[in-house]
Amino acid sequence: MYSKDGEDYFIVDAHVALWDARPENQRNVHGKQFIDCFYDYHRNLSPESEVWSYEDYLYQGGERLMHDLFEVGYVDHAIFQPAALGEFYHRGFGQTEEAFALAEEHPDKLTYNHNFDPRNGEEGLAQFKRDAERFHLKGVKLYTAEWHGESRGYKLDDPWAYRYFEAAQELGVKNIHIHKGPTIRPLDRDAFDVADVDKVATDFTELNFVVEHCGLPRLEDFCWIATQEPNVHAGLAVAIPFIHTRPRYFAQIMGELMYWIGEDRIQFSSDYALWTPRWLIERFVDFQIPEDMTEYAPLTLEQKKKVLGLNAAAMYDLDVPAELRLPDAEEPATGPRQPERADLAGAER
Amino acid sequence: MTLTPTRDGARLLEADDVRRALDAVLDPELDEPITDLGFVRSVDLAADGSVEVHLRLPTSFCSPNFAYLMVSDAKDALTAITAGRVVVELDDHHDSEIINRGLAADAGYKGTFGGEAERDLEELRATFRRKAHTAAMERCLTGLLRAQPDLAEAALGTVTMGELPAGALTEALRRRRTALGLPDTPDALVLVDEHGAGYPPEEVPLRLRRARSTRISIDGNAHFCRGLLRTRYPGSGADQSDRPEPTFIPLTDLSHQEDR
Repeated sequence: MYSKDGEDYFIVDAHVALWDARPENQRNVHGKQFIDCFYDYHRNLSPESEVWSYEDYLYQGGERLMHDLFEVGYVDHAIFQPAALGEFYHRGFGQTEEAFALAEEHPDKLTYNHNFDPRNGEEGLAQFKRDAERFHLKGVKLYTAEWHGESRGYKLDDPWAYRYFEAAQELGVKNIHIHKGPTIRPLDRDAFDVADVDKVATDFTELNFVVEHCGLPRLEDFCWIATQEPNVHAGLAVAIPFIHTRPRYFAQIMGELMYWIGEDRIQFSSDYALWTPRWLIERFVDFQIPEDMTEYAPLTLEQKKKVLGLNAAAMYDLDVPAELRLPDAEEPATGPRQPERADLAGAER
Repeated sequence: MTLTPTRDGARLLEADDVRRALDAVLDPELDEPITDLGFVRSVDLAADGSVEVHLRLPTSFCSPNFAYLMVSDAKDALTAITAGRVVVELDDHHDSEIINRGLAADAGYKGTFGGEAERDLEELRATFRRKAHTAAMERCLTGLLRAQPDLAEAALGTVTMGELPAGALTEALRRRRTALGLPDTPDALVLVDEHGAGYPPEEVPLRLRRARSTRISIDGNAHFCRGLLRTRYPGSGADQSDRPEPTFIPLTDLSHQEDR
């Protein structure tokens, strides 16, 4: 819970990790390159006071995670979104057993999502069914640029992926979190393209598709798809830290998301341990679209509350104290949300 | 610049020539020259006219297809200006080995990536040329809206190239149009799709909105990539130069393009 100026905010951090990138877990140079890339993201976008040492960054462990999220981070509930990355790390990047044990120990605070890879075929499908039962899965995290033997990526509309989505629908694993990466087969196309999200969202209307990083670096493609597909949502992982380094850019991201997909389908994510939630939440509550950006409506208190926790709580059936709940916005299921704001000079005319 | 004749009368390559040749190589995704982005790490000229250039990128995990386009374009640009040996290498990337080996053997895109490559990267290039045009178009039209508060948004569908003010934004749009083969005559419509077709007035606001999201996306990526490069390679900021075309401008500033 975060409280400021007499207002209480129920906080759900919809994307956290318990990773292990220490040298002894790195399988090859790519394991080092991967965490180094994360560390550069962290150093580049964090306020100076929030920058960790490289050693701290490699591995946090459960105790530190609990401290960073719940003791000092204002988070009421967090959702693990583990990346497997078995080609880069001996025991995987996301630490399944450790994270799941924590979630078992603190079911009120943590939800464990797992992952699957459609390239594992029948065997992987059977494993996914066992995992769904064992972990009581409500969601999975998919990394489409995961390396897998000779393959370095897949598309969500690949035939095998459809088999897994059919199973997910049957098993009630309703929340599919998608993270796009740089490689895909064939390499001829833009690996960050989100056209495949469009297809699966149309074909699996009972599933929610949360596109992490709100489609960045393809925000425009994501917005165009999400405005037409009511079951496509935006995760703010990696987008929200811009609130510190480039607040005007962040204002444009938020403005675009509010315009195209509306206040009920945007979820706060710190992407812990890339960043910690505390400063992001403080900044977001204080944040406002600059007055000179008349093409966007100002963010309302209700919108901030929904983004910071209520939207993800609804998706995961989390118990929100009655006094903190809000009704859904009276918005159309598809199409732009603030058509009256489409006019740049709307405010003056 | 001074020309240094060699014994056989050919001119020796100089650092300036290399720089100018690489200025023409764009990061297709960010629509900026690799020189301005700081992606050129080193240039080594030898007395025999051969040249070795190393490129660097903001992360190890930048898309290999874009990385390949930049290093192979750089090699092509240098091969065009010297008869000497040209070596271009990409440093510190997850596919450095694959790309550098393929480039050294002049294996081409398919030869470099083998089974991962299907045809070529022309479609990828075309996609990002279209996006670059869309963003340039939005900058000009939004600038016009700012400069003329009484101009209705729906009226932007009939604005022609001749009605745009002279300035860097308009010049940038001209170049992008030329790249797509779109007309550049004063009577040509500004707000067009990649085939040069305009839109009915009722569609104009939504089209402008879509174009704006494209521009925001490209500008944001460019800034993030520049920042990540500075984080990854301390001191590389000195090699980055502001893009000649202003980017990431608050919409309110767009009306002042003629002042820049």
